[in-house]
Amino acid sequence: MERIKTIETKNIQNTVKNGGCGECQTSCQSACKTSCGVINQNCENKNA
Amino acid sequence: MVHQYKLNGYNIVLDTASGSVHTVDEVAYDIIALYKTHTREQIVGEILQKYGQRPDVTREEILACISDIEALESAGKLFSEDTYEGLAIDYKNNSKVVKALCLHVAHTCNLNCSYCFASQGKYQGERALMSFEVGKQAFDFLIANSDTRRNLEVDFFGGEPLMNWDVVKQLVAYARSIEKEHNKNFRFTLTTNGVLLDDEVIEFCNREMSNVVLSLDGRREVHDHFRRDFAGKGSYDKILPNFLRFIEKRGDKSYYVRGTFTHNNTDFTNDLFHMADLGFTELSMEPVVCPPTDPYALTPEDLPVLFEQYEILAKEMLKRKKEGRPFTFYHYMIDLKHGPCIYKRITGCGSGTEYLAVTPWGDLYPCHQFVGDEAYRLGDIWNGVQNTEVQEGFRHCNAYSRPECRECWAKLYCSGGCAANSYHATGSIGGVYQYGCELFKKRMECAIMMQVAEAEEA
Repeated sequence: MERIKTIETKNIQNTVKNGGCGECQTSCQSACKTSCGVINQNCENKNA
Repeated sequence: MVHQYKLNGYNIVLDTASGSVHTVDEVAYDIIALYKTHTREQIVGEILQKYGQRPDVTREEILACISDIEALESAGKLFSEDTYEGLAIDYKNNSKVVKALCLHVAHTCNLNCSYCFASQGKYQGERALMSFEVGKQAFDFLIANSDTRRNLEVDFFGGEPLMNWDVVKQLVAYARSIEKEHNKNFRFTLTTNGVLLDDEVIEFCNREMSNVVLSLDGRREVHDHFRRDFAGKGSYDKILPNFLRFIEKRGDKSYYVRGTFTHNNTDFTNDLFHMADLGFTELSMEPVVCPPTDPYALTPEDLPVLFEQYEILAKEMLKRKKEGRPFTFYHYMIDLKHGPCIYKRITGCGSGTEYLAVTPWGDLYPCHQFVGDEAYRLGDIWNGVQNTEVQEGFRHCNAYSRPECRECWAKLYCSGGCAANSYHATGSIGGVYQYGCELFKKRMECAIMMQVAEAEEA
């Protein structure tokens, strides 16, 4: 694709099946105590 | 949902439902913007009208680009459908697990910071220290309610937790003594102002704490404006040597130097650069949360200034990384290949359900931000959650529960945002703290731009 470059990302649609183990860090539990986000948490599930 | 933006010379296209990120030239950028609302011939006409003088923009080229967009759409990487709403409701209804506690071991503080959301550690109540017995019961409560979750988190919080240091150590020892038999892995965090951070604390933290959060607002004059002792003396000179000694001994374990910026320092990047120049590499800086009537509250006029600051920060971080002196900014941490699954992205922070705050007396609240607000008291660590009506409100918070979020491209990055911010801004946890949303979206655009820039250079 000449004009479009796609960055390698995790396809989150694929995590519907294997995700949801809940072992990841609670998002407001570290350096963020007032402006919670979820995207900067690492996934702990190698199959998700 | 597709979100397009231009930043730092990059044309970026996000397909939020798949998590795909594309970097495109300006022609493709415009074609993508027209793709869903125009016919092929209309697109060709509009693009030729705008770029027709360029030799590389011909009818054939435009049609080839449309074909590429169609291929990405078929592959589920562009214009993919968001079908996750039902998952959010089911997941939170089915999960009754508690996996994280914010343990308020000290409702007291040795600093007297006027901007403190916890009113100098007292949370609008009496000064108090948590006893070992209460803390021990909190751990027993956590284990009993964590089902099969192995990784359990406990944040020693306050007030200033080092004012109850012996109890912190006893509780860590207690948790370590029972974690194996229950097949648990405790991850501890300590959040401190640094006043009592001596070598003994440092050695213990480096052994036991997965993460330590050190409160520093940046430049001396900025830090000392709010972060003073009860005699009115700024704490910068007292805490900085402690923090420097701490990171010298921290090795590669996690820590954050964390500050708060206000209307008084909307040039907060200078505070972050000051921290970085001091040798700290793991940084976080948060917008103050306070009533709009406070003199240091962020104003609508500050917003464009803050947007510019976030852009300055992203560009400077890219520059410093190239120069071999990188630093991390908490809100720009995003791992596009190994980030959270869809369930994490739609169910939010877990406040009031899987994440609870425990007061020195053993009362349970949805999170630290609600402590002291009697209407939000959920129960206690002996009897569990009894105020199920309030808890249900938190269970229903997700990326889709607020009407304003439905058309927002960022909802799978913030998951509907902070319930406490919503409550303070609108009076309801189901409301939206619009100012915070604007800042969050800007931070995400910057964070993703940095990923794009690094991928382009790789």
